[in-house]
Amino acid sequence: MSAILEINHVSKRFAMGGVFSRSYVEAVVDASFTIEEGQPEVFTIVGESGSGKTTLARMILGLEEPSSGELRLSGQLIGGKRNRAARLEFMRHVQPVFQNPFEAFNPLKHVDRYLEASARVLLGAKEDDQVDAAMDEALQKVGLSLAEIRGRYGHELSGGQLQRVAIARALIPNPEILIADEPVSMVDASLRMSIVNLLRDLRDNFNVTVLYITHDLATAYYISDRLAIMQKGYIVEMGPAQTILEAPEHPYAQLLKDSVLSVADAGKAKVEAPDRSLAQKASEQSGTGTLVAGSGGRVVRRVAQE
Amino acid sequence: MTTGPDSTAVGQNDNPLTLTNLKAYYLTSYFGVEREVRAVDDISLSIRRNEVYGIAGESSSGKTTLIKTFAGAVRPPLKIVSGSIKYQFGDLELDPQAVSEEELNQIRWAHVSYIMQGSMSVLNPVRRINKSFKDFAFKHMGLSESGFWEAVTAHLARLDLVPEVLKAYPHELSGGMRQRVCIALATVCQPDFIIADEPTTALDVVVQKDVLAMLDEIRRSLQSSVVFVTHDMSVHANMADRIGIMYAGRIVEEGPTRTLFTAPKHPYTAHLVSSLPRIGDTSRKPALEGRPPNLSDPPTGCRFHPRCPLAIDKCTTEVPPLEVVGDDHRSACWRSDDVTPLTTINELESEGRA
Repeated sequence: MSAILEINHVSKRFAMGGVFSRSYVEAVVDASFTIEEGQPEVFTIVGESGSGKTTLARMILGLEEPSSGELRLSGQLIGGKRNRAARLEFMRHVQPVFQNPFEAFNPLKHVDRYLEASARVLLGAKEDDQVDAAMDEALQKVGLSLAEIRGRYGHELSGGQLQRVAIARALIPNPEILIADEPVSMVDASLRMSIVNLLRDLRDNFNVTVLYITHDLATAYYISDRLAIMQKGYIVEMGPAQTILEAPEHPYAQLLKDSVLSVADAGKAKVEAPDRSLAQKASEQSGTGTLVAGSGGRVVRRVAQE
Repeated sequence: MTTGPDSTAVGQNDNPLTLTNLKAYYLTSYFGVEREVRAVDDISLSIRRNEVYGIAGESSSGKTTLIKTFAGAVRPPLKIVSGSIKYQFGDLELDPQAVSEEELNQIRWAHVSYIMQGSMSVLNPVRRINKSFKDFAFKHMGLSESGFWEAVTAHLARLDLVPEVLKAYPHELSGGMRQRVCIALATVCQPDFIIADEPTTALDVVVQKDVLAMLDEIRRSLQSSVVFVTHDMSVHANMADRIGIMYAGRIVEEGPTRTLFTAPKHPYTAHLVSSLPRIGDTSRKPALEGRPPNLSDPPTGCRFHPRCPLAIDKCTTEVPPLEVVGDDHRSACWRSDDVTPLTTINELESEGRA
């Protein structure tokens, strides 16, 4: 079995400050994982803001060059694409869905124009009826139809519908991988589950691998097969999602789980500030630690015992 | 009508805030076309002493408009069409619509304070934090300059903030610290009544829990009432004593937090509770079809009926009143007896521990 997406020891550092006061921010440090071909899954990256999860996603999309290491899609290096043809070829396999659907669409354009452009450019559809068929097929996959969407502006649709249109647009070229960066954080509570259920259906029915980036552990548990938890650029725990979330081993993963507000005690609970000391300590040692095998097929970042 | 204030008051008449049949609409008139958006449509509720009242609802359900009405921030095109608002702090009784701006300023900050959404845009970016404290709180505290700074520093310490933050500009602080500064600003005068509008929405999970814990603690020590607005039901589960669920400008259900989570009597609440994903549960969560209604052209009858799985013909024509359905529990649904919880909340985790 070959890997569709290979991430080998990828790091990214951003330079800050001027020539004389230069400092570096390590956004991603030595991240490695692979996604196998023919085995669609929801792979979730969890972390707080500043943990490097979005930078990692941007590198997978080829929007950011890694400082070291390499990313490969079906054996081909991602990044360094200088011409439009190569870039378009790449975009046929990997497609993004962004956080805020209201900002992703130009308010002065009909939303179906985005779908149409994707169908013409990425799918190479020439005839109008081919384009319409491709648009309708993609919209059907997300539970909408072209008749509902044609000629609509962004403000005429609810956040949930608009996010589904954004996902439909990403599905037009039939990509193998969909990268969804916080796709539900801007969607209303009653519509949120429809998006999350949709991501699950895409995996089950249309063989799309979803790279789901979130800080919400509860939805991560609900849809993920595998999970990677990032802390300040380091992957600290990675493996089967449910195993990890039921009993996290790394102190930071435990901190995240403790911070999830439980509804089981609704009305009787007293919120207590989470204890960061262990996670803080673990973070300071991340540089010297390595990922070692833990229980249940997971890997956990630990400092080697002498 | 059963929506009068009598049905809410439980033998107490010193509730700090009472709203009676309040209607607040956005009235616009452009080129002769008149439009009204009924963002708050006939709401009666009272907030009790020393309680956290959670207001839940999606965007455009009117929750921010509701807060504006009693925060004294009604500006055109928003207009209070009918109904009354009454604050009561000890002997001081006051209707924010009827009094002048000067009188309103007397209760602002000293009695009523407001923690706003988006701490970055609330604090003035070109003034140090201490200037903001002086602008907002100095004249309400009636202390000398040195006494004021002493009180502020002591108050910051309660929120785990070092006095040095007073010298900082807002951009120099992290999101969680800024939100804590906003909470400090809103609570420094020890108000009886705090309005918190989505105070933790933009924060990370760990920081969110930090901020909530602090807000809870400061509230307990001041014994103030808090109106806590957020769309996040899991935050309400942990913070609120009572919750009012808003849908399309109306309160559709109100009751003690535990009751709403375990025995909701409105199909919308039942859905909100059951759709919360939880760790340890992968069963498929139902999604609600349809979209929130347009408030300038709301559906007739019960506004939830187009999306309601239990809707009957009566729901499309007649507005259900907010009726008492149980102990301290009101619901606006013709079929409230038929609503069953779609999910079971496990027994209290804490009971085993306590």
